[in-house]
Amino acid sequence: MSGFIEIRGLQKVYRTDAGTVPALRGLDAEVEEGTFLGVMGQSGSGKSTLLAILGGLSHPTSGSLAIDGIDVYGLLGERLADFRREYIGFVFQAYNLVPYLTALENVMLPLAVKRLPGSVKRARADEVLRRVGLSGRAAHLPSQLSGGEQERVAIARALVNEPPLILADEPTGSLDSATADEVMALLQGLNDDGMTIVMVTHNPENRRFFDRTLVLRDGLVECELPACDIATPL
Amino acid sequence: MNLRSIAFSNLRRRKARAAFLVVGVLIGVATVVTLISLTSAMRVEAQDRMEDYGANILITPRTDELALSYGGVSLGGVAVTGRGLTEGDVRRIGTIPNKKNLAVVAPVLLGTVQVKGRPVLLMGARVKDEFRLKRWWKVDGRAPQSPGELVAGHDAARALDLQMGDTVRLQGRDFVLTGILEETGSQDDDLLLVDLAAAQRLLGKPGSVSLVEVAALCSGCPIDDIIAQLSTTLPVAKVTAMREVVQSRIHALDQLRTMSLVIAGVVLAIEALVVFVTMMGSVSERTREIGIFRALGFRRGHVTRLILIEALAASVLAGALGYLAGMATTYAVLPLVADDSAHIVWLLPVGLGALLISGAVGGLASLYPAVRASRLDPTEALRAL
Repeated sequence: MSGFIEIRGLQKVYRTDAGTVPALRGLDAEVEEGTFLGVMGQSGSGKSTLLAILGGLSHPTSGSLAIDGIDVYGLLGERLADFRREYIGFVFQAYNLVPYLTALENVMLPLAVKRLPGSVKRARADEVLRRVGLSGRAAHLPSQLSGGEQERVAIARALVNEPPLILADEPTGSLDSATADEVMALLQGLNDDGMTIVMVTHNPENRRFFDRTLVLRDGLVECELPACDIATPL
Repeated sequence: MNLRSIAFSNLRRRKARAAFLVVGVLIGVATVVTLISLTSAMRVEAQDRMEDYGANILITPRTDELALSYGGVSLGGVAVTGRGLTEGDVRRIGTIPNKKNLAVVAPVLLGTVQVKGRPVLLMGARVKDEFRLKRWWKVDGRAPQSPGELVAGHDAARALDLQMGDTVRLQGRDFVLTGILEETGSQDDDLLLVDLAAAQRLLGKPGSVSLVEVAALCSGCPIDDIIAQLSTTLPVAKVTAMREVVQSRIHALDQLRTMSLVIAGVVLAIEALVVFVTMMGSVSERTREIGIFRALGFRRGHVTRLILIEALAASVLAGALGYLAGMATTYAVLPLVADDSAHIVWLLPVGLGALLISGAVGGLASLYPAVRASRLDPTEALRAL
């Protein structure tokens, strides 16, 4: 294995009352460090499942995943949680901010369980909030922020631990186009600084920000742009 | 920012749920504290009242002869064989292991003296202790305060035609009558009471005592042990317990305490249920949030601790407030269930116990919800992925 992310034969089958639902059917992929990777595909194609597995949140039914040479699902016990904390920064579609914590406190969340002085944690959170342009909103609760601001807080939270990999699930899905462009520009800036980003999106407009774009269909990589084109809206 | 600050932020900003949890525990703790402090106050009052009943242990010289009196009718004089009791014996009573249970030790010397040509029963006693023991004694005048003063029983005063302030000559010594006992209907009506040392001089028995009356505090006191200890310490004496009185008092207090403990147990169980239901509701409500924590790298143990910190913080706060509320309730209720002599006892162990028990109940009752929260599947919790 030589890529930063190595995916081999990844399968995921959900078991429901109605039977089994295959979400991934032996997916293979390799991503170099510093890549801004877009993952597109229709609903049910397996994008979000792939992102959950990449983030160490959902065990694959079979196959393997290595990130930075680490066999992610070979990690035992709480080492997987530690891996998430140290290697992964999540940006969720619905922001997923904790409603009773301020913007600053939300950003500090990944540091909460680390043995660092409070002043260091705060300084780091202040720094990433400044980086996403929200220094003046640090004391505001999520309910007092706009959608774009909440997305920025979510990105700041993903950055605060300085993880090598950012996973973003439709970060612009509920934003207007201008705000979406701002968020994409922010992510591109992070990628320019060398961060690896994997982003799931439905929006073809976002393709222009990606280094590579995988198109999934029925749990497999159908093709990689521009080798194929997306003829129908996703 | 750490787990504690997250927990406190949640409690602070979700005031309604936190208040429900705190009030639920507070009511339980306040009820338990009220029961315990009321019981304690009533026990102290009961102990005080026990002394009102007089002695519950009688120490007399050991004799081989059978009693020649029945129902207050004497058929002969007091016959004492062997050595009588002395003040040295009285001092040794204060050395027994359970000496802290002895409320009053009252030595008495009995004898007869001639007054106006008539034989009269003379009682020599430590006047203060004797009056403390026989709280039903009511004196017209005042109790003797010096060796030259005496008090007469109701019938003795009438038979000898004594008036307050009279000088009474006993065996050639003058005593001033400072008080006359109101009628008691007992042998006390016939006696003259003087200071013990004075009686010893009058009767020519320096250092002697006829009997010792002992009042033991018996809220759970080991009366059999006390009797055994006194018998060992005073081998020349016969130690008799007025067992029925003692045991009925102990029984009443024990029943009260048992009832309080049962009620306290029920209340604590309800309190635990309140915490459990509240924390289960909280976990269900916060499923998504717990998913976020897990996605951000919180270990299961971190999530468990987070939930437990919240429950413990709320429970301990409720314990402190509940203790204060319980004591306030006791202040309000005590006058309704006890007489004016009862007073509230501030017990440090009850305060510490309130904090410990509320913390323990809160912690244990939220343990399952906390573990359940930690086991939530992050992807299902988030639903977004």
